[in-house]
Amino acid sequence: MPLTLLKYGLRCSYPSRPFLPDEREAKSTYDVVVIGGGGHGLAIAYYLAQDHGIRDVAVIERGYLGGGNTARNTAIIRANYLTPEGVAFYRESMELWRDLSNVLDINLMYSERGHLTLAHTDAAIRTMRWRAEVNKHLGVESEFVGLDDLATLCPELNLSRSVRFPILAALYHPTGATARHDAVAWGYARAAANRGVHILQETEVTGIVREGGRVIAVETNRGRIGCGRAVQAVAGTSVQVGAMAGLRLPIQPYPLQACVSVPVKPVLDPIVVSGSLHVYIWQSQRGELVMGGATDPYPLHGTRATLDFKESLTMHILELFPFLAEARLMRQWAGVTDMTADFAPIMGLTPLANYFVDAGWGTWGFKATPVAGKRMAECIATGRQPDILKPFHLERFRDFRLLGEKGAASVGH
Amino acid sequence: MKLMPCPLNGPRSITEFVYGGTVPETADPASEDDAAWADHIFGPHTPPGIVREWWCHVASGYWFIAERNTVTDEILRTIPPPRAKPVQGTGS
Repeated sequence: MPLTLLKYGLRCSYPSRPFLPDEREAKSTYDVVVIGGGGHGLAIAYYLAQDHGIRDVAVIERGYLGGGNTARNTAIIRANYLTPEGVAFYRESMELWRDLSNVLDINLMYSERGHLTLAHTDAAIRTMRWRAEVNKHLGVESEFVGLDDLATLCPELNLSRSVRFPILAALYHPTGATARHDAVAWGYARAAANRGVHILQETEVTGIVREGGRVIAVETNRGRIGCGRAVQAVAGTSVQVGAMAGLRLPIQPYPLQACVSVPVKPVLDPIVVSGSLHVYIWQSQRGELVMGGATDPYPLHGTRATLDFKESLTMHILELFPFLAEARLMRQWAGVTDMTADFAPIMGLTPLANYFVDAGWGTWGFKATPVAGKRMAECIATGRQPDILKPFHLERFRDFRLLGEKGAASVGH
Repeated sequence: MKLMPCPLNGPRSITEFVYGGTVPETADPASEDDAAWADHIFGPHTPPGIVREWWCHVASGYWFIAERNTVTDEILRTIPPPRAKPVQGTGS
C-alpha cells in the first residue's frame, strides 16, 4: 500500500479510473448466483473467488451496491456476545476486520475505539458479568468495570446519581470498533469483480425456478439467469425472497431507526451503548454523532421514520450526555431488520439441495460481514455446513434448539 | 402522532398501545408434527399486506383486533375482541 502510493505520487499524469470495472453483459447461466449486492452478498462472492477458485459467479442487486441495510446500519463492530456459539463466530469476524483494509486495498476507516455497554440495573450487571466471563474464556477482550474506571474511559458520561436511571457499572470491550460501511461493500465488490465475478445492479429477482428439490434458475427483470447454485443475502426482504424458493423463514420484519447529528468537534472516543435506555452513540471521523435505538415496537415492511422514536432516543441520550442538548440532528433513516426468535442469524443449508440462506441478521449483521461471507462461501463451495455455522442452521427452529442471544445482541428488546 | 382507533376509547396515540402479535390460526400441538408446530410458533407471521393483529390499550387494559397494512402502516379497522366461549368447570 505505501509503495503504491509513492509510485502513484511520482507519476506524470493521473488519469481517472472507474472504481469498479464496467458492468458486463449478463451471461445466461452462472455456477453461483448470489441474490443481494450488500456487504454480505459481495463478501460471499469475493470469498468464493478468492478462497475456493469459484469465479463463475454473479451478484444480482435490485438497486445499487450496498444501498440496503449495508448503508442503514450504524457500523459498530464487536464480539462481546453472550452465547459461546455467537462469541466464537463474531471473534472470527473481528480477526478478519483487522486486516481487511489491506486485503481489499481500500481504507475502511476501521477504528478500534472501545465499546462500553452501560448497566443501570442489578439484572444488567448480572448479564454483563456473565458476558465478560464467556468472552474472556473464548479469547475476546471484555471486562466488567465500575464507575471509577468508567469515569476514566469516558469522562464525558454523566455519572450523576440524580438522573432517572443512574449508571451502576459497564461492560468494557476494548476492541469494539467502527468502520465505514459503504467502503466495505465497495471494497468487496471491486475485489470480487477483479477476480471475475459479474456484478449486476438494477437486477431484481422476481422468481426462483425449482425442479426436483433443486434451484435451476432465477427470474429477474432482465430475464432468466440459470444457476448451478444460489444463495440469498437480502436482509430486510429475506422472507419474501425465501418464499420464492418455497422456504418459510422464521423471521419478522421490524424497522430500526437511526440518526446523526451535525458534525461537531471530537468529543466522544468510545462507542457507548445502554440496553436499559435503548440507545447507542458514537462519533464518526467526520464528527457526526451516530445514534440508534431499539427496533420499532411493532413489525412493518417499510423504512418510514417517526418522531416518537426521535423523542425517546434524544431524551435518553441527553440523560447520558447532557452537553449534547444544543446539538442538531442532520439526517434520520430506518432499515428493515430481520428479527428471529432467538436474536441469532440463520445461515447455511436449506431443504433445497443447492440453495443457501444468509438471513435473520436483525440488528447485528454489519459486524459479521467478513465472517458470514467467508463461511457462507465455504458452505456453498463444499455443500456442507461449516462447524462454526452449525448452531445457526435453519433447522434449529424445527428442532427447538434456539440460541438465546437476546441478552447481548441488541438494545432494548 | 399516529393514531390508533380503539374500539373502546376512540382514537388515541399509538404510543398508548402495545402490539400483541398476529391473530394466530388455531393449532394443536398434540396433532401437529414438529415442523408445523415450529412454524406456528416462530413464523413468519407478518407477510407484506393486510394482517389481523392483537393490540392492547395499556392504560385501560383493553385487548382488541386491528387490521393493518404491514407495508404502508395504515390501520384499516379495529374490531372488539370476540367473546370467548364459556368453559364448563370440572366442579372439583
